[in-house]
Amino acid sequence: MEYKIHLPITEEKIKKLNVGDIIYLSGDIFTARDEAHHLMLIKDKNSIPFDPSKMALFHCGPLMKKVKDKWQVISAGPTTSSRMEIFEDKFIEKFGIKIIIGKGGMGNKTKNALKNNKAIYTAYTGGAGALAAEKIMNVISVLWLEKLGMPEAVWIFKIKDFGPLVVAMDSKGNSIYK
Amino acid sequence: MDFNNVEQGIIELIKKAETELPDDVIKSLKKAYNIETGIAKTQIKAILDNIELAKKSKRPMCQDTGIQTFFVDVGIDFPYIGNIETLIIEAVKKATKSIPLRPNTVDPFTLKNHNDNIGDFIPYITWSFTKGNNVQITALPKGGGSENMSKLGMLKPGVGIEGVKKFVVDEVINAAGNPCPPTVIGVGIGGGADLALKLGKKSLLRPIGIRHQVKEISLIEEELINKINESGIGPMGLGGKTTVLDVHIEIAHRHPASLPVGLIIQCWANRRAKIVISSEGEWRLK
Repeated sequence: MEYKIHLPITEEKIKKLNVGDIIYLSGDIFTARDEAHHLMLIKDKNSIPFDPSKMALFHCGPLMKKVKDKWQVISAGPTTSSRMEIFEDKFIEKFGIKIIIGKGGMGNKTKNALKNNKAIYTAYTGGAGALAAEKIMNVISVLWLEKLGMPEAVWIFKIKDFGPLVVAMDSKGNSIYK
Repeated sequence: MDFNNVEQGIIELIKKAETELPDDVIKSLKKAYNIETGIAKTQIKAILDNIELAKKSKRPMCQDTGIQTFFVDVGIDFPYIGNIETLIIEAVKKATKSIPLRPNTVDPFTLKNHNDNIGDFIPYITWSFTKGNNVQITALPKGGGSENMSKLGMLKPGVGIEGVKKFVVDEVINAAGNPCPPTVIGVGIGGGADLALKLGKKSLLRPIGIRHQVKEISLIEEELINKINESGIGPMGLGGKTTVLDVHIEIAHRHPASLPVGLIIQCWANRRAKIVISSEGEWRLK
């Protein structure tokens, strides 16, 4: 099945999505790779200046360019999700993550956390960075850029019809990966 | 010689490598599109759309613009051999801003990133010397996701070539969707640990579809392609017929006690471009 989904998403809608479904996502997303996961896990939840539960989590280290004080997205495909396996169950739990966008799939700890927290993992085509950038309408903000650098910083984007995203791990414990 | 002009040539080389794929790679992806169905087809379609968009809009096809890696064939009569390295380094710095490239060089201890893609040993240049007075530079920017799946097997010689095949197939299946399949596999067999990996990396310079000139080795390449593709891992690990676009093997003689196998995995974005620079400083991209 194919769906257009607007963020934030309800638990009811999440439950309807199954492995193999294709979705196109609109709304706000934030990027987080290894360093951002680590940082956000050690920080007090109340000190995080945005609400991760209302956004999708994008495993991505984008290529950005600053033109006259304004950030532009040049290329922004997903990074390898399995690197985040060591953090993700705790991250989903702490921030109430509902949708993850990544590539390559994740392990059993994440699979269980997705099931327990009614969340899904979706796959975007790895390497399709130029195509992904076309669906990012706006750079809302960037956090910890000085500390983490461009690829590892948390970027908040507004996206429109971002996809195709394949539901690769659903909220019932199913996974497309062998 | 107009060094600024040559530097500009190397910037154009990097730009071409980052924004356009060689025809042999595109052809093999189109072949994959024709044989795939369902989710696998959607992945190959996104890849092909992305390639077209990147070329048209002159932007890097992948946000991971890689570690800047160059193979330089120097004609021994080229009059400015001593300038080549500096020209490449300066071109990388400028290309980082102008294309742009993602700042991808991090100090392993301090985690400092100078935001110019320069660092100790980086850009990584492999030199070889040939007759003549031209210089040929091949750019092979290498992404981290696929490089992370590299493996070195120091096998027991007793396992023979069958053991080598098993190692390659098992490791590519273990890598699953992580290195952005459909991938290109480089296998270096023999030499020592470092040489096996080097040969694996160097084999990526060979265009897709070109077999090793030794018949027995070319048959092993074909056998490995078929075996890996039978695994069903498919594009992005989401299932399908195309897990690899090609397997390239290169060999070196080995120590009687060692059977090193260097496995290098390259994502579908098998980026490579060439420039030839004449002794007068004229350049053309190939």
